[in-house]
Amino acid sequence: MNDLLFFDSTLRDGSHAVSHQLSAEQISNYCEKIDGSGLNVVIVGHGNGLGASSLQVGLSALSDEKMLRCAREKLKKTRLGVFLIPGFGTIKDDLGPALDLGVDLVCVACHCTEADVTAQHIDYVRQRGKEAHGVLMMYHMATKERLLAEAGKMQSYGAQGIMLMDSAGASDPRMVEDTVRHLSAHLTVPVGFHAHNNLGLAVGNSFTAIKAGAKIIDGTIRGFGAGAGNCQLEVLAGLLTKVKIETGLNLYQLMDVSDQVVAGIMKKPQEIDSVALISGLAGVFSGFAKHVKRAAEQFHVDPRDIFIELGKRKMVAGQEDYIVDVAMYLAGRKKAEGESYDIGSLL
Amino acid sequence: MSKPMNKVKVAIIGTGNIGTDLLLKVQRSPVLSCGLFAGRNPDSEGIKLARSLGVRTSLDSIDAIQRDPGCCELAFDATSAKVHLHNAPILKKLGKFTIDLTPSQVGKMCVPVLNLDECLKYDNVNLITCGGQAVIPIIAAILAAQPETEYVEVVASIASRSAGPGTRCNIDEYTQTTKDAILALTGVPRAKAIINLNPAEPPILMHNTIYAKIAEPDMARISREVAAMALRIQKYVPGYKVVLGPVAESDRVTTMVEVVGLGDYLPRYSGNLDIITCAAVNVAEEYARRKSHE
Repeated sequence: MNDLLFFDSTLRDGSHAVSHQLSAEQISNYCEKIDGSGLNVVIVGHGNGLGASSLQVGLSALSDEKMLRCAREKLKKTRLGVFLIPGFGTIKDDLGPALDLGVDLVCVACHCTEADVTAQHIDYVRQRGKEAHGVLMMYHMATKERLLAEAGKMQSYGAQGIMLMDSAGASDPRMVEDTVRHLSAHLTVPVGFHAHNNLGLAVGNSFTAIKAGAKIIDGTIRGFGAGAGNCQLEVLAGLLTKVKIETGLNLYQLMDVSDQVVAGIMKKPQEIDSVALISGLAGVFSGFAKHVKRAAEQFHVDPRDIFIELGKRKMVAGQEDYIVDVAMYLAGRKKAEGESYDIGSLL
Repeated sequence: MSKPMNKVKVAIIGTGNIGTDLLLKVQRSPVLSCGLFAGRNPDSEGIKLARSLGVRTSLDSIDAIQRDPGCCELAFDATSAKVHLHNAPILKKLGKFTIDLTPSQVGKMCVPVLNLDECLKYDNVNLITCGGQAVIPIIAAILAAQPETEYVEVVASIASRSAGPGTRCNIDEYTQTTKDAILALTGVPRAKAIINLNPAEPPILMHNTIYAKIAEPDMARISREVAAMALRIQKYVPGYKVVLGPVAESDRVTTMVEVVGLGDYLPRYSGNLDIITCAAVNVAEEYARRKSHE
């Protein structure tokens, strides 16, 4: 029996990889071609979700409204979803209007220890009769007991699923198995997993999550996403077919969309460069990569050192403004001490 | 020597982080005295602290003021936006000058350094949000230098440990109210507010970034206005400091401010409490001074 659900974040996480410059044509074309491929929902928008187009994390080429209209028009069989981080988008300016445009499902996300900020938004989505899921970002920063407590809060607010987001791609398979098993055993709603590929494990970790009881996998076509990219959905679909786990996915359709649509949107093949690798090791949000590169050039410091320092300071998504602070600090230190970090300081 | 004036009696509703920090500041005020510290949470650390200071307390929140209206002339509301919607008409009926520290948007939006005089004409004054108190004066200063500023955006980062349950369950109003207040009080045509609860340990200081989009920024003028404004804020918020800028990167002008708290209730990283409680005390003291001159 097929009880696995697949969330498609290609047009949301992939938005990071093109600095939120997806065009109306790209969104329409993607949605038209992916529709009916068996994915549960296509999530569309700025990389940080509704209301996140900003100088802080990057301005979108299109308004949220325009992106959602394009997608809504083309999605006939597959549902339309959005992502929202409380503190970025608000109910009045962003979430309400998105639901008015015909959004079916909302992922309400927060840092993994701050679930109580999602109560208002999850409740609002449920009151509007739509599906709400809770997302715990940077899940690697908390213990499984703490994650369960936070997930339990989201469940009590009305979340119909809990997604663990490996935002920094910092997971190893044992962490995934341990955490997903713990949450699946204690929650009544399904548990999901959203991987990043910084350590080359996005598909592997998603597979491990399924084996440990995850019922929802969130990934992207061709792995298109922030930093090292995401769990490549068509590859996972192929793997699951091979081991005879029913998915309900049309593998050839996913492959066609990958080759014919997403390859054309991507500016370069999704790869694990040194910055992506170091962000995975430092346990820092991989969406920081572009900002880190820019700050490193501006202040003549090693981007790897910036990542390690950001990791030490436990910086979380949304704090892009601190990157310049850190780069300036490191530049000052370099002047004073003439030395650099080495990776040993992480271990 | 002038004779000491009678202190104005105040009530504080809400015994969480903000209410308790406010209580400690009221206790030090030469012109205010706390007649009642009231909330609903029997386990509140604030209630215990107030009792130990000999302050009259109640667990009946607004009802305690209704039962004994003589307990105060002025009320601070440090509950939540939703609760203030309930409390506001009651306080109005009782004729209590009300200073609202929730993002309810019920009363006249007030940033003391910008519009204190005008606000004292109203019976309910709203202090927007801590982020609003920190950034709106800087935005006003930038607009004074460059009225053609097209867009401003603010990012407030506060330590997770300093955001109590009231702030957390009000995060939507917090974000919306901060933005609405920027538009209402500075005249900039477009604005955005972002708030970020940071779980880092040790906790970060309250940190605010202000971006302004200005076609051809006159940095000398902007810097002068911002520096002058910071000095005026420091008069009632001693820990307020511009830590970066203003600096320009083509048409984007960035300013960062931090607020180091006085460490009254929570440790000094909780500048987010101080900036709004200092503003509240500032409004209340001015109210009291004018009262004594009447």
